[in-house]
Amino acid sequence: MTRCARWTGRTRRMLRLTGAGAAALLALSACSSSDGDSGGGSGASSAGGPDKPSGTVNVFAAASLTESFTKLGKDFEERHPGTEVVFNFGGSDSLAAGITSGAPADVFASASPRTMKVVTDADAAAGTPATFVRNRLEIATPPGNPDKIASLKDLTGDDLKVVLCDRTVPCGAAAQKALTAADLKLTPVSYEEDVKSALNKVVLKEADAAVVYRTDVQAAGDKVEGVEFPESADAVNDYPITLLKDAPNADAGRAFIELVRSAEGRQVLTEAGFTAP
Amino acid sequence: MTAPLKSGAATGPRTGGPWRRRVRSRTRLRGGAPLPLLVPALIGLVFLVLPLLALLVRAPWSSMPELLTSDEVWQALRLSLICATAATAVSMVIGVPLAWLLARVEFPGRGLVRALVTLPLVLPPVVGGVALLMALGRNGVVGQWLDSWFGITLPFTTTGVILAEAFVAMPFLVISVEGTLRAADPRYEEAATTLGASRFTAFRRVTLPLIAPGIAAGAVLAWARALGEFGATITFAGNFPGRTQTMPLAVYLALQSDPQAAVALSLVLLAVSIAVLAGLRDRWMTTS
Repeated sequence: MTRCARWTGRTRRMLRLTGAGAAALLALSACSSSDGDSGGGSGASSAGGPDKPSGTVNVFAAASLTESFTKLGKDFEERHPGTEVVFNFGGSDSLAAGITSGAPADVFASASPRTMKVVTDADAAAGTPATFVRNRLEIATPPGNPDKIASLKDLTGDDLKVVLCDRTVPCGAAAQKALTAADLKLTPVSYEEDVKSALNKVVLKEADAAVVYRTDVQAAGDKVEGVEFPESADAVNDYPITLLKDAPNADAGRAFIELVRSAEGRQVLTEAGFTAP
Repeated sequence: MTAPLKSGAATGPRTGGPWRRRVRSRTRLRGGAPLPLLVPALIGLVFLVLPLLALLVRAPWSSMPELLTSDEVWQALRLSLICATAATAVSMVIGVPLAWLLARVEFPGRGLVRALVTLPLVLPPVVGGVALLMALGRNGVVGQWLDSWFGITLPFTTTGVILAEAFVAMPFLVISVEGTLRAADPRYEEAATTLGASRFTAFRRVTLPLIAPGIAAGAVLAWARALGEFGATITFAGNFPGRTQTMPLAVYLALQSDPQAAVALSLVLLAVSIAVLAGLRDRWMTTS
């Protein structure tokens, strides 16, 4: 916060130059970015016995786990007073890259075995990763399904604007697999850079349909409507989770993984739209 | 090269004389640069150039030829060049008059308008893209009328890429041109209007030649910004090879699967932009 005050002081001079609106925005963005920086660097303390987790647990998790893991994090903190779960949600690829270049993480939960393999290949995982949930694809349409989309084949219609994830990201690879299995050729209007932006194109009604994960449809609530399709069974995505070798707080990390894989964790995850492995 | 410059003092503003004379009369610094300036200047240079050098050092030179001959790269590069140039043209057509308005016409709320013009500079480009969707998207404030009246939809089209790039790049041009206009002596225009020229004729025949270097500098800045535009483009126009996938988008997606290829693609983009900018500098900007 002191950094913010300094920034606004500095920008006051700019205020006169560029006008109130722009300068206020500058100060705002400076504040939020410095706050973000200080949030990431908090070191984990690993005091306490081996049986009683305490301190900060740093969990790197795929973006699609945001809703369910946030809930599990709260449960974990309630169950183990004195602990704090800090999440870093993001694309599995960039999380894996962060871990292999030494980011201080205890647990890594990835959206695809391929990205997990990056971490295990770099010898950064402690033990063998375990698949804890699976995710299926679903078609997201605007509320009420105005174009009456009922199957994957319906998406190949000429006047439909469909968005897919790019082949380089897990949801795109899975969609391609499902399309190949169904022997369909689909030309989308765009290959989006991640699943949330594909979904957003439907939420903003710019696209008529998107192929996304079931969990994303669920998380979007009534802003989109999901259409299941049988070919999604050919492109199920496994989510592996693992404790990391250089975990600053291995005990608490292990306890968090236990919670995720427990009956309670499974329930939270199924409610979010995941299926059991 | 030197002959017209020398006569610059004698010729009128019509041939673009006065600014040249001013540049010429600037005295050269004698002796070496003082250390308190030289040291930070060199640190600044190293700071800017080091990451580029690192790219060069770590570039996968062996796989470069293969990448450079791939159709997708050329497609993305061509689209990038076309869109950045078109976005610069759009910015010039509407940005130069806007800069003139801000610099030459007194109106209430001018400071606020100037701040609004620079907003795209501070707005995270991705947010700019969402804002464009909300304004010009199929379901947007204006876009829904474009769609129902004219059947025009802008998202996911090459036009959409050009608009997104122009949105982000135009402030650079406006600021640059406005600065030049403020520094330019308004008395030349006043003289022209006194002699019977209309205000538009004065703008066209006197002001434009006078501020040409500023426009050129602003256009180059805007072009460079448009060429590297990523966030607004991918949000507003999506990503489809050949239609909306510009080089920065290709680089970003390559980064997800093959960082080495991403480095190589960036180098291609860098090389092309350096070639174009250096070429332009020689031609237009030696005197600015």
